[in-house]
Amino acid sequence: MNLAAWIQFALFIAVLIAITPLLGGYMARVYQGEPVLLGRVLGPVERLTYRVLRTDADRGQDWKGYARSVLVFSLASWLALYLILRLQGSLPLNPQGYGAGPWNLSFSTASSFVTNTNWQYYAGETTLSYFVQMAGLAVQNFVSAAVGMAVAVALIRGIASRSGRELGNFWADLVRTTLYILLPISIVAALFLVSQGTLQTLSHYVTLKTLAGSDQTLALGPVASQEAIKELGTNGGGFFNVNSAMPFENPSGLTTFVEMVLLLCIPAALTATFGRMVGSRRQGWAIFTAMLVMLVAGVTVVSLAESGSTPAQHLAHIAGANLEGKDVRFGTGASALWATITTVTSCGAVNASMESLSGLGATIPMSNMMTGEVIFGGVGSGLYSMLLFVLLAVFLAGLMVGRTPEYLGKKIGAREVKLVAIGLLTTPMIVLVSAALAVATKAGRASQFASGPQGFSEHLYAYTSQANNNGSAFAGYTGFVQPNAPGNAGATGVTFADLLGGGVMLVARFLPMLAVLAAAGALASKRVSPAGPGTMRTDTPTFVILLIGAILLVALLTFVPALLLGPVVQSLTDRLF
Amino acid sequence: MRKDIVTSLIAVVLLTVVLGVAYPLVVTGISQVAFPHAADGSRIERDGKLVGSRIIGQDFRKPVLDRAGKAKLDADGNPVLVADSRWFQSRPSSTSYNAAGTAFSNAGPNQKDTRDAIAANAVAYLALERPFNPGLIRGDIPADAVQTSASSVDPHISIRNARIQAPRVARVRGIALPRVRALIEDNTDDRSLGILGQPGVNVLELNLAIASEATR
Repeated sequence: MNLAAWIQFALFIAVLIAITPLLGGYMARVYQGEPVLLGRVLGPVERLTYRVLRTDADRGQDWKGYARSVLVFSLASWLALYLILRLQGSLPLNPQGYGAGPWNLSFSTASSFVTNTNWQYYAGETTLSYFVQMAGLAVQNFVSAAVGMAVAVALIRGIASRSGRELGNFWADLVRTTLYILLPISIVAALFLVSQGTLQTLSHYVTLKTLAGSDQTLALGPVASQEAIKELGTNGGGFFNVNSAMPFENPSGLTTFVEMVLLLCIPAALTATFGRMVGSRRQGWAIFTAMLVMLVAGVTVVSLAESGSTPAQHLAHIAGANLEGKDVRFGTGASALWATITTVTSCGAVNASMESLSGLGATIPMSNMMTGEVIFGGVGSGLYSMLLFVLLAVFLAGLMVGRTPEYLGKKIGAREVKLVAIGLLTTPMIVLVSAALAVATKAGRASQFASGPQGFSEHLYAYTSQANNNGSAFAGYTGFVQPNAPGNAGATGVTFADLLGGGVMLVARFLPMLAVLAAAGALASKRVSPAGPGTMRTDTPTFVILLIGAILLVALLTFVPALLLGPVVQSLTDRLF
Repeated sequence: MRKDIVTSLIAVVLLTVVLGVAYPLVVTGISQVAFPHAADGSRIERDGKLVGSRIIGQDFRKPVLDRAGKAKLDADGNPVLVADSRWFQSRPSSTSYNAAGTAFSNAGPNQKDTRDAIAANAVAYLALERPFNPGLIRGDIPADAVQTSASSVDPHISIRNARIQAPRVARVRGIALPRVRALIEDNTDDRSLGILGQPGVNVLELNLAIASEATR
């Protein structure tokens, strides 16, 4: 990788560090109901929304009430999206005349977007109408992100609570997140992207004669409005099949940089929001530092791996970087940076082909997801999962020194530790069981594309990505058969892959979320004990190291055997399969 | 519970109207007024006819004809294509530059198929360029020339790839080589702001420039 690519990497980190306290402080003010600049315009809109929703936004909810609102709202969202997908043929803004999605594929897609995963077995431009993309998928891009952020804020309130059991009001958090944070940033970002070449039109696809004399059809659509929230909400579902590699989504080096900032800014800034809301910014920076260290290590390894040749390339006697599945305008630098960022967050948008990464280059993205998406992670879900690891680290340290563990003055008891264990171990267990099922059954192997360790990696990647609500893929892996007939006649889903994957996404999203809310409830009702000389500090470099250690310990112990069979084998051998 | 259900249903409808209809329509409206060219796909027209998008690559190969003058088809029923020596050639694409059905190659780093595809592309590249670049060997071939792009419609090739193709295009089109090299430079998109991404030569724009100066 050349000097410019390393400077680009350094610049990115600098921008991230600069944005974190600014956006984090703003979000803290939004969630604490303090006056913000946009409040003059949006305040009346917010109050009108509560009236339409027939809800009292000032009424606090305990953890059960909050969880019930989250679940009922998500179920309603799921039903709405499933209906929209199944009724596509009868809905407006369908210039290509695409028919309804098959039931099994629609189950996968609806589950995918409601859980903020955006795993895609379908290809956008050849199966979906503009209406479904706008009113179905992009809406979930906003609200699934808002749900994740709301739950994170509820956990913060539980930790910060000085008395009582209330975690805030879900409807207020949902509306404020959307209105004050996601929507304004999306509008500005979408317009910027259009100015740089990202599409934003409702007209039909156009067909032209190329210079060489063949026909080329340009797929069009309202892309920028979806692209902006897709990154900002760490959703990742591409308007086009090749996602952010498509120049119509991501036309230049500048847009790819801006999109990377968009997709990491909220997960990073939420650490600062946390710091402010618990009354100690250093606590936020400690968590940020642990995340940043792991991110920098990951990007470095992927960058170095991708600037070398792959075994296939080497044995074909071609020198130079691994440019298979990478576009020239990004090169290895922006592609490696993106591949890491999209897997440390639960975004899953890609600007290069994950399946064509080198063995080592693919090991890192998979490992990133296997930490449970806590290296910044998804919007909200990253912070709340990371806070579970913080509680675990505090507990481990307490065991070592023989003191009752406490975090920010709250004693960590048996109930909290049990909930932490449920929250942290559900997803890894689902990953391993479902990947094993897929590998071991004929119905599961129907989705496989490549042979040898690469084929195994496809299964492992697919279920790691879906269970961690990431959504990036080794895209040869398939859950949809498309014969390319007009209007998609005869297209069918692969039932095993669609149903197992859809189920995995739902369970792995909502079960840990419930554990988090229950933990928040338990912490909220605890009294705060003043810090003494024997209290372990959680804002020091020692604690950052302990936290990273706890994360690596859990992830490595769980996943190294599986990784060894796939990408690690590939990175160690020059053999072809 | 009942209250949650009512609020949820209203919320889904309201948010769909605001985020799913109003938001994209407002962004479309502003974009169509402020950046109509970019919002519609950065289209290039020549003599009133649409010839392509500035940011979407094209296939510069031509169909192989059989003795009866009809296009030969491969096993899947697609026309067999061969590089047209009059044009700068784009990168290999898994979809022949289908801009309405993009796809990755999904070629893995340790797969025999990947090696075979790269090797076949390398043989074709050398067959096309060596007559105009005496001494060109496999080890000299730029990686982007034989490896499939991500988007399958990559509008760019590397500068080194373009410079290797320059003598062929110069000879076939009857343009002086220094002039062709100057055109490559004119049609190179530099890194954004000097550091973001990688520079690349825009193949469609370069070929349009070549076509307007060609003597044959």
